[in-house]
Amino acid sequence: MLDSKVPAGPLAEKWSRHKFNLKLVNPANKRKYTIIVVGTGLAGSSAAASLAELGYNVKAFCYQDSPRRAHSIAAQGGINAAKNYQNDGDSVYRLFYDTVKGGDYRSREANVHRLAEVSVNIIDQCVAQGVPFAREYGGLLDNRSFGGAQVSRTFYARGQTGQQLLLGAYSALNRQIHKGTVKMYNRHEMLDLVTIDGHARGIVTRDMITGEIESHEGHAVLLCTGGYGNVFFLSTNAMGCNVTAAWRAHKRGAFFANPCYTQIHPTCIPVTGDHQSKLTLMSESLRNDGRVWVPKTVELAQKLRKGEIKIADIKEEDRDYYLERKYPSFGNLVPRDVASRNAKEVVDEGRGVGASGIAVFLDFEDAIKRLGEDAVRAKYGNLFDMYHQITDENPYKQPMRIYPAVHYTMGGVWVDYNLMTTVPGLYALGECNFSDHGANRLGASALMQGLADGYFVIPYTVGDYLAGIGFDPVDKNHPNFEKTRKEVEERVHHLLSLKGNKTVDDIHKKLGHIMWEYCGMARNEAGLTKAKELIRELRQEFWDDVTVLGENEEMNQSLEKAGRVADFLELAELMVEDALHRRESCGGHFREESQTDEGEAKRDDENFSYVAAWEYKGDGQAEVLHKEALEFEYVKLTQRSYK
Amino acid sequence: MNKSKPLLSSTLGKKLIMSLTGLFLCTFLIVHLIGNLQLFYNDQGKAFNDYAHFMTHFTPIKVVSYLLYTSIVIHAVYALVITIHNKKARPIGYAVYRGSANSAWNSRNMGLLGTVLLVFIVTHMSNFWWKYHNDAVPYIEYRTNLATHETTATELIAGEYTGYVKYVDNDFEILKAKDLYKQVQFAFQNWILVAFYVIAMGALSFHLIHGFKSAFQTLGWDHKKYAPIIRFIGIWLFGVVIPIGFAAMPLYFYFSN
Amino acid sequence: MSGNMNLTLKVWRQKNNKTRGKFVTYNANGISPDMSFLEMLDVVNEDLVRKGEDPIHFDHDCREGICGMCSLHINGRPHGPNQLTTTCQLHMRSFHDGQTIVIEPWRAAAFPVIKDLAVDRTAFDRIQQAGGYVNVNTGGVPDANSIPIPKAVSDEAFESATCIGCGACVAACKNSSAMLFVSAKVSQYALLPQGQTERYSRAQAMVNQMDAEGFGSCTNTGACEAECPVGIKLTNIARLNREYFTAKLFKEEEVH
Repeated sequence: MLDSKVPAGPLAEKWSRHKFNLKLVNPANKRKYTIIVVGTGLAGSSAAASLAELGYNVKAFCYQDSPRRAHSIAAQGGINAAKNYQNDGDSVYRLFYDTVKGGDYRSREANVHRLAEVSVNIIDQCVAQGVPFAREYGGLLDNRSFGGAQVSRTFYARGQTGQQLLLGAYSALNRQIHKGTVKMYNRHEMLDLVTIDGHARGIVTRDMITGEIESHEGHAVLLCTGGYGNVFFLSTNAMGCNVTAAWRAHKRGAFFANPCYTQIHPTCIPVTGDHQSKLTLMSESLRNDGRVWVPKTVELAQKLRKGEIKIADIKEEDRDYYLERKYPSFGNLVPRDVASRNAKEVVDEGRGVGASGIAVFLDFEDAIKRLGEDAVRAKYGNLFDMYHQITDENPYKQPMRIYPAVHYTMGGVWVDYNLMTTVPGLYALGECNFSDHGANRLGASALMQGLADGYFVIPYTVGDYLAGIGFDPVDKNHPNFEKTRKEVEERVHHLLSLKGNKTVDDIHKKLGHIMWEYCGMARNEAGLTKAKELIRELRQEFWDDVTVLGENEEMNQSLEKAGRVADFLELAELMVEDALHRRESCGGHFREESQTDEGEAKRDDENFSYVAAWEYKGDGQAEVLHKEALEFEYVKLTQRSYK
Repeated sequence: MNKSKPLLSSTLGKKLIMSLTGLFLCTFLIVHLIGNLQLFYNDQGKAFNDYAHFMTHFTPIKVVSYLLYTSIVIHAVYALVITIHNKKARPIGYAVYRGSANSAWNSRNMGLLGTVLLVFIVTHMSNFWWKYHNDAVPYIEYRTNLATHETTATELIAGEYTGYVKYVDNDFEILKAKDLYKQVQFAFQNWILVAFYVIAMGALSFHLIHGFKSAFQTLGWDHKKYAPIIRFIGIWLFGVVIPIGFAAMPLYFYFSN
Repeated sequence: MSGNMNLTLKVWRQKNNKTRGKFVTYNANGISPDMSFLEMLDVVNEDLVRKGEDPIHFDHDCREGICGMCSLHINGRPHGPNQLTTTCQLHMRSFHDGQTIVIEPWRAAAFPVIKDLAVDRTAFDRIQQAGGYVNVNTGGVPDANSIPIPKAVSDEAFESATCIGCGACVAACKNSSAMLFVSAKVSQYALLPQGQTERYSRAQAMVNQMDAEGFGSCTNTGACEAECPVGIKLTNIARLNREYFTAKLFKEEEVH
């Protein structure tokens, strides 16, 4: 059993008590420590800035050309905080409760409560930095209800909340770079973790411009490298998002938790063809006014796809508003996982729309009739424009076509209450860790978690570890640095020696198909078993038949991609393994074998109320499962129902 | 802590100079046009020649005129400095550059337009200003009957005058002044010069349509309520009225002969 | 192949910052009008890799128009022919079958080419580092609602804050001026109460750094505003001028 190090005491006092009990580093000694931060999204930027403010030396790394480009920037909707500015009954406890419930009771109570507690500080911090949140005419902050929440607790900056929050954290980071307390390494990719005596003591990176493979030493390493949704090839993640840093750390001893928990977002723009490189999310706020439907019969859907009839030719009684039909009380506003699964179901039945048949309609005709086109434009104008630009279809005149897409990964590197992984001195923050969202993440909670971890958790918890190890400089000449660096170099040269017939993208696309088909919105024993086999074959195909061009000593995007896909190919198998072992449905993980009579996800709390943390045992060897029991003292476990 | 760079060594400081000298030159144009409108008086050039003398001999105006010459020089020199700096900012140009898609032609070619104007100013000043100041212009005498307001003019030859005089003798007002008017009349018989003046005024129009509003933008004087007024003045006064007013002079003399 | 457009591409290829570059012509066949411009390049690159040729390097990441990493000067215009559109959101339906497309990197002394179409925009980072922030530490800040900000002011600050830092303003400007970029950040803080304490030192510090990076001067052509994919306005530049001259002429604050 894994020790989560959750402190004792009443839930609401755990974090305050814990903060008091944590060891402190003397202010004069802080500058003797170096902390490595990998990734500069919300978690990484906020952590790097906050730690440097405290007096630590920080080295920060990102693969993009600037820390500001990290994919946190793309978050649209908002950030939750239990401010209760709207006087509508919100509280820290309610946010905590909603998050645990939304996560389908697969998250750690104490972590989630801490998240809800510090959520209020995040908003204060961001406003002080000059983040331009939406305001009301009186000059105070505006809130909206998001993702079906019963209270209005979401702070937002039009449809670009992630951008504004990241630029806030980036500004704090810039301030420290200017002061010289943070040394920033742009266009550097972490390719391995260096451990000494089992402790994280550094990383190995590749300079993506010169190809130089360097090791960097530090007293602690923070992984803030985001999620691994790109294992599906198509996702709403940025093109460069990858699992490499986390996966390399995993192979150096960090357990990987709940890898099968994947969030599939229901409102994305559908795929148009094989050339598709990524998927674009449309804010889920669209479901507040849009009605989801497909034709009632397969015949009608076929005619529509072939262009024999037009959308307008389908009479009202021939349209199946399936969400409204099946879930009369929540209708189109059912949670993300339910909406996504139902879309897949109707498409699988052959009732999908669009040329490919892999899409459903999201129709605003009624909203336009009810509110007028201007009102709809005021609410959703930018989203409609984006849709129009991408699809060349005018959503004011015809329904949007949407389909689910991989959006977020709840699983990640296992961490204890202090955000430390199973490798001492190695921490994981933000989407990179598994900690707070259980099996399903609520809307507007990802930004909250990233910033909570970076601004308000790690500055306390990392000190406790550092105070315990002393401030002697890390021995740069320790053989493990050179050894790890050599290993990375060999790996790079091995990749560059591959001269087969397939491109890296060929393999990545195949992997995506396998994962989407068998480890996507619905999973079953047979499919997962098959997927495991297919992934192994594909991995072999990669090493036998892929081609990687160019040389190391230059910008080499072929090489970058190849390294990332090689790691995805390993992660994919673990995801499937995890999905296979979890014979229950929960949140984003839907096992067809485990559903209610009505076809809804059915948890098995008796057997699966735990975190599955996997330990790497060596190439070709099965990973070992460790369990962290989830105990619910405050939240009452119920089966979710949206009927 | 370090002191910031001096104002004028920054790119913004240089632009400030361009803006202030430019606006000063704009105000001069208004005065110059109004004064020169006296060319259109049907008085054999009396008012104009008298005005020319006033403008070149009244001390405050002389001071302003030196300020003006300095402004022209500074405006041109800084334009050159800024242009060289800007060229350095893009050592390798684009193979295809469609500036027309994002900006007005004149805004991109202020240097070219300014060069035309500089050549014009040199020509213009050597034609009139230089000659006027270097005794290359003969005198004329106007005798105006104060009762009937009839004026007769007599060209004077060297020796018949000693300088500008204006006095009343019995019922006549006598004015002896340099006959710049004649110079103007004479110069604008040359169609090449006339064409050059008209072209230069076209350049002036384009230069000022961009330059006037641009000067305010550089000064940071931008306000939702007032920016449209500045744009209006820039286009209609400096882009249309003033260049047409000036261009009308050579055309008037060329065609009225 | 998924489409029926055939195009000729003239692409700037340059191995690194030390070598000279040149245009190389490629055929992009079977292009679908539904592809994004970058997906079209993906198709070309896949063909190149299959032929054993080095693929065309270009910067890109989010591919949804917000990260600011994509660039490309397409047929004489940054981010191609459409307004308010980043290259990643530009679709091939904006081109026609048989067209020749010239693709160049951003050109500016301050943005040296790294490889092919990828340029180094860290100058922008350094400008931000010089003063693009409010000096507050984490923690110890007042309640978020303790300072009301008029909605109009907040909205205007937001408009300025939407800059994605792509560098199209520099690429479009005939002088390679970075004024629109710098002014957007200065404006955001000049408008908000949070930015007041360092208002004038910030303007000076950021302009100093901008000049040190070797960007050209602004000649108010407006090309930056016209090409900005997120619609940052020229009023920001006027505000920066105002802030800077006020700082220089009437304030004695030092630059940190």
